[in-house]
This record gives sequence, C-alpha cells and structure tokens, in this order.
Amino acid sequence: MIESPAMNLVINGETRPFPEPLTVAGLVDTLGFVGKRIAVEKNGDIVPRSRYAETPLAEGDRLEIVVAVGGG
Amino acid sequence: MNRTATPLVIAGREYRSRLLVGTGKYKDFAETRAAIDASGAEIVTVAIRRTNIGQNAGEPNLLDFLPPSQFTILPNTAGCYTADDAVRTLRLARELLDGHALVKLEVLGDPKTLFPNMPETLKAAETLVKEGFQVMVYCADDPIQAKMLEDIGCVAIMPLASLIGSGMGIVNPWNLRLILDAAKVPVLVDAGVGTASDAAIAMELGCDGVLMNTAIAHAQDPVLMASAMKKAVEAGREAFLAGRMARKFYSADPSSPTTGLIGS
Repeated sequence: MIESPAMNLVINGETRPFPEPLTVAGLVDTLGFVGKRIAVEKNGDIVPRSRYAETPLAEGDRLEIVVAVGGG
Repeated sequence: MNRTATPLVIAGREYRSRLLVGTGKYKDFAETRAAIDASGAEIVTVAIRRTNIGQNAGEPNLLDFLPPSQFTILPNTAGCYTADDAVRTLRLARELLDGHALVKLEVLGDPKTLFPNMPETLKAAETLVKEGFQVMVYCADDPIQAKMLEDIGCVAIMPLASLIGSGMGIVNPWNLRLILDAAKVPVLVDAGVGTASDAAIAMELGCDGVLMNTAIAHAQDPVLMASAMKKAVEAGREAFLAGRMARKFYSADPSSPTTGLIGS
C-alpha cells in the first residue's frame, strides 16, 4: 500500500509528492542541487539563498527553480 | 591619448570591448567559450530558464564555462511577453547572480517578429529601475519611446537593427541616428546584425556598441566570425571617430596630381 504523501509541491509547473515536511534547504538537497547555481521563487516571491533553511514548504506551494542557460 | 581606447561606460563601469555577445544557439559550451574568447566580449548575455528536475543533476552549467569572475554576465528576459514575467525573471536572475544589478530587459510582442512590446517594456523598465536594477533595454527603433526609456532611468538603449535572428542588417539607419542624436546614455544595436559589415555600419553611425548572438553562433565557423566581428566593431568605431570624408555625388576628385603629366 502506498502511503499518502505529506505534501504535494508544484515545482516548475509539475506537481510532485513528498513523503515528509521540508524546508527549501531540504528540497534543494532532495533534488540534488546543493552547490549548484540556482535561484528559487516560492509562490511568486524570491527565496534568498541565506533563508533556504528557515523557509518551510506547505501543501500546494508553487516553486520555480531556475538556472542560467545560453541565450541572446 | 588614443581616442579609440575610450572605454564604453555603462552604469559607471568601464568596458574595453564594444561588442556584446549572446550565448545561445552554439553546438556546445566549449564552442560558446571559444567564440566568446575570439570576440573579445566582456559582457555576455544569458537566459534564465527552469532547471530540469530529477535528471541530469550532474550536467555542466553554462556559468562553469563563463565564470562571473571573468565576464560581466547580463541576464536577459528573452521569451517574456509581459512586464510581470520579465520582472519576475530578473528578480530570479539577481538572486542567481548574487545581487548583480545589470540586466537586459526585453519584452516581446509576438513570436513571429519578436518585435518588442513597447508598452509592456516601458512598464517593466519603471518597476525594475525602482527596484535598483541597472536596465539595458531592447526596444523598437523609435526615437520617442527610446527617450522615454532613458527618462525612466535605463542605463543603455538597445534598438533593434532588424528582427532578432534575421541577419537582415541595419534596415533603418536614419532612425538609429535620431535615437543617437537624442540619447545621453549609451545606444547599442541589439539584434539583426548578419555579418561583419553590418556591425561596422552600426558603429560608423555612432552607436556605442553592438550586441549580437546568431550572426556568430550560426556562422559556418562561429569562432572565425567572432574574430571578424571584433575587428568590425573596432574598425567601425575608429571610422566614426576619424570622421568620414564628405560624399561628393556625381563628381569625381582625382587622388593623383593633375599637373606634370608626360606629353603635356
């Protein structure tokens, strides 16, 4: 039997289940982005890198995680 | 003093190169870096996009090849069609680049022409300037709206020479001249350059710089074209400073003496 997830997050437009509560720091770790040059927006507001650890995530939060790519 | 060495000054910072280049459309990051090195560009544009989740976590990053310690990274809002999306994108870019304020704003009007949506561009520029961004702005070659953007506080005005990625060259030099005559901030041609002579023409008109991407990235040999563009921008700048001779229509003027000819 599949346990019901603790929360669903919408990351870059896609809904993903997570089994336990997370902060932004925990999410960045879970996704393998520690040490990568990324930026995070939560529900339309920037989450500064210095506040990842103290920013909790809740059911339905919408996150954008971006990187720099080639462009003109 | 060598006048050609006069630096390009944007938002109080000096740059030796007047060629700005994009980083899109290259085969790989190694080619991107090689072309940028050949171009001599100090300011390079990047786009901001969603990262892949759950795959390719170890894949190389563009900024590993273009370290912000060596280049001025100019994040752009390419692909944004509203002021809100452009502002959000640049807030993310500022966070991504550790508080870096110099940005390129472009708000597009439609996917066919990629012409700027000027009402949205003006709206975004106002918000960004208020939030402390230093805004270099892609705009229509309209002297009135270019002046409006300058009045809002944009640090550089960047009218298109022709459509983005078209390689059509400088289609309306007279509008560019009108913008140049009125502007007190640097004016850079952004978009439309196809080959080296186009870049030289932009600089001969008096533009302070040229921003290009496709003309280099889609040349048969991007690294060689990057080198050609570097020389074209420098040659055009020197020709502008030197001041060209007056055009004499329908009237030749021999370069050799008209006296002392044998048999006279």
